[in-house]
Amino acid sequence: MSVRTLPLLFLNLGGEMLYILDQRLRAQNIPGDKARKVLNDIISTMFNRKFMEELFKPQELYSKKALRTVYDRLAHASIMRLNQASMDKDVLLVTFNHLDAIKGFIQDSPTILHQVDETFQQLTETYGGLSAGEFQLIRQTLLIFFQDLHIRVSIFLKDKVQNSNGRFVLPVSGPLPWGTKVPGLIRTFNNKGEEVRKAEFKHGGSYVAAPKEGSFELYGDRVLKLGTNMYSVNRPVETHMSGASENLAAQTQESIAPNPLAKEELNLLARLIGGMEIKKPSGPEPGFRLNLFTTDEEEEQAALTRPEELSYEVINIQAAQDQQTNEELARIMGEFEILDQPRRSASKGDDLLAMMDEL
Amino acid sequence: MFRRERSIPLRGSAAALCNNLSVLQLPVRNLTHFGVVHGPSAQLLSAAPEGVPLAQRQLQAKEGAGVSPPLITQVHWCVLPFRVLLVLTSHRGIQMYESDGSVMVYWHALDAGDASLVQAVFARGIAASGHFICVGMWSGRVLVFDIPAKGSNIVLSEELAGHQTPVTDIATEPAQGQDCIADVVTADDSGLLCVWRSGPEFKLLTRIPGFGVPCPSVQLWQGTIAAGYGNGQVRLYEASTGTLHVQIDAHARAICALDLAPEVGKLLSAAEDTFVHIWKLSRSPEGGYVEVEHCHGECVPDTQVCGARFCDPSGSSFAVTGYDLAEILRFSSM
Repeated sequence: MSVRTLPLLFLNLGGEMLYILDQRLRAQNIPGDKARKVLNDIISTMFNRKFMEELFKPQELYSKKALRTVYDRLAHASIMRLNQASMDKDVLLVTFNHLDAIKGFIQDSPTILHQVDETFQQLTETYGGLSAGEFQLIRQTLLIFFQDLHIRVSIFLKDKVQNSNGRFVLPVSGPLPWGTKVPGLIRTFNNKGEEVRKAEFKHGGSYVAAPKEGSFELYGDRVLKLGTNMYSVNRPVETHMSGASENLAAQTQESIAPNPLAKEELNLLARLIGGMEIKKPSGPEPGFRLNLFTTDEEEEQAALTRPEELSYEVINIQAAQDQQTNEELARIMGEFEILDQPRRSASKGDDLLAMMDEL
Repeated sequence: MFRRERSIPLRGSAAALCNNLSVLQLPVRNLTHFGVVHGPSAQLLSAAPEGVPLAQRQLQAKEGAGVSPPLITQVHWCVLPFRVLLVLTSHRGIQMYESDGSVMVYWHALDAGDASLVQAVFARGIAASGHFICVGMWSGRVLVFDIPAKGSNIVLSEELAGHQTPVTDIATEPAQGQDCIADVVTADDSGLLCVWRSGPEFKLLTRIPGFGVPCPSVQLWQGTIAAGYGNGQVRLYEASTGTLHVQIDAHARAICALDLAPEVGKLLSAAEDTFVHIWKLSRSPEGGYVEVEHCHGECVPDTQVCGARFCDPSGSSFAVTGYDLAEILRFSSM
């Protein structure tokens, strides 16, 4: 299949992971500067230049296993709705939506912003000249990656974009891709090319033409909604102060299906955050603790009501330097060969698979 | 009006490829064969008239080397004068089997040749023309194999040069006589159509340029080409001249499959917009050029259709596959 698929997969899934992280940080009222630091560090790691260079080399998509521990829970974020974005460059516009939002997270940090902009350039260079046919192959390759995963995601179920059997809703109304006409017209021409007949047929849907083409510039209106943040501030957020234990149990029930990998996701977060240096370690600053629920009482209650087979421990994510997590991150960073962090000498050029496995 | 019939379960879900359903009708034996690509494997199954599955078999893509197993791009039955062969195309080569998939009779490995590092190498687009089987390639070339009446002495007879981008689909029909000698049409990712006359040496008769979108599926009926495009349009051209006669804004998303019931002139179009439409083709009494009438539209809810075929010669029943769906959906008219 297409050997240009990995960057799109990684960036879009990574973007979704960041949306969820951002939502969790906001929902837990983590102090602004700490939250910003968390996101800055993760984004800085994601967009590390060397890593990006490796990523953009033509290569086959890795099996789900390689990316599973990090991304599986996020797998059905907007990328699964690529089936909606069927005209050639919509895949690129979705990716740009993710990058636009990522830039919003780090707007106070010019260095990281620059990293993201460079990746933007690389995306435009790599994908800007591809034909519709090549994009179709990329789409087909991405869809192979997601084939047979039927993870239900609660925000999708709530929003009615996913059915309870795991299948995505494909609406037969709404805006068409740029370049597609509203179905319904049959035009007949004679040998001279003159239109001799115009007839209509009932196509069954209720579509409207796209208002305009999405922009592929560094800044611009992408038009497409796919790839934007489903967790953004003005939406009703899952974590509300309900207090009722039945409610909590109901919520737990609903999210049982997709949860097995949540712990892995948090492990990654722990590893990535754990290595952060607090520049002024003065005073008792123990970092922060990221819960899945709003209060400690709810945490305990959830632990009690949680079924045996899914028992887990609360993972404390320390923003302060922690020897063990520091080493973990240092090893990962070492493999990225980041020259400005001389923790240890790095082995040269581990291939991308090893890097991804480490993540 | 059509009603849903009983679905036929698949072992593996259908992959998001175009033309991802092949049907071999065997009315004499009261059987229908279905072929669907899952990914690195393809599933063949035979069913009785009520859709009761009888037998099934899985075929694998040959030559697994590299990071992941090779993927199949298409599976298709080729009906030749004296035999029926099942052809499977993949990212490694072309496999040909006896029609039940029991014995492989021929293997042709793809030559990556001067493919650049960034190009995907694969075969795609399968059709029978007389005693030839034509198979398209990523390079745009079309391989023509000469098939003997029996046995495995299959020979690569010719390599057609007409396309510069990967071939998507090939359509053929028996030659229509002196007036129209075009009997093979090939389509590619750029939307270009090449019209050929088959024979010991194939001849390129005309080219119909694309307009910036792929043409994933093409059919040929009584000298008329029906082409489905990535922008949801179906266009009908006169094969001998390349003249556009009908343009239908048929679907809201890319078309993934076209099929014909040649005896009655019915055309089936299926797309990722979840719709399947059936059209009636005819020749106008005055000008003799082709006309189209819409017969029926069927919505397959929440299904990204990837394959669709008529199941009987009169076009009164059809089957549909959808991405990630582990069943073949069947519809028949009431």
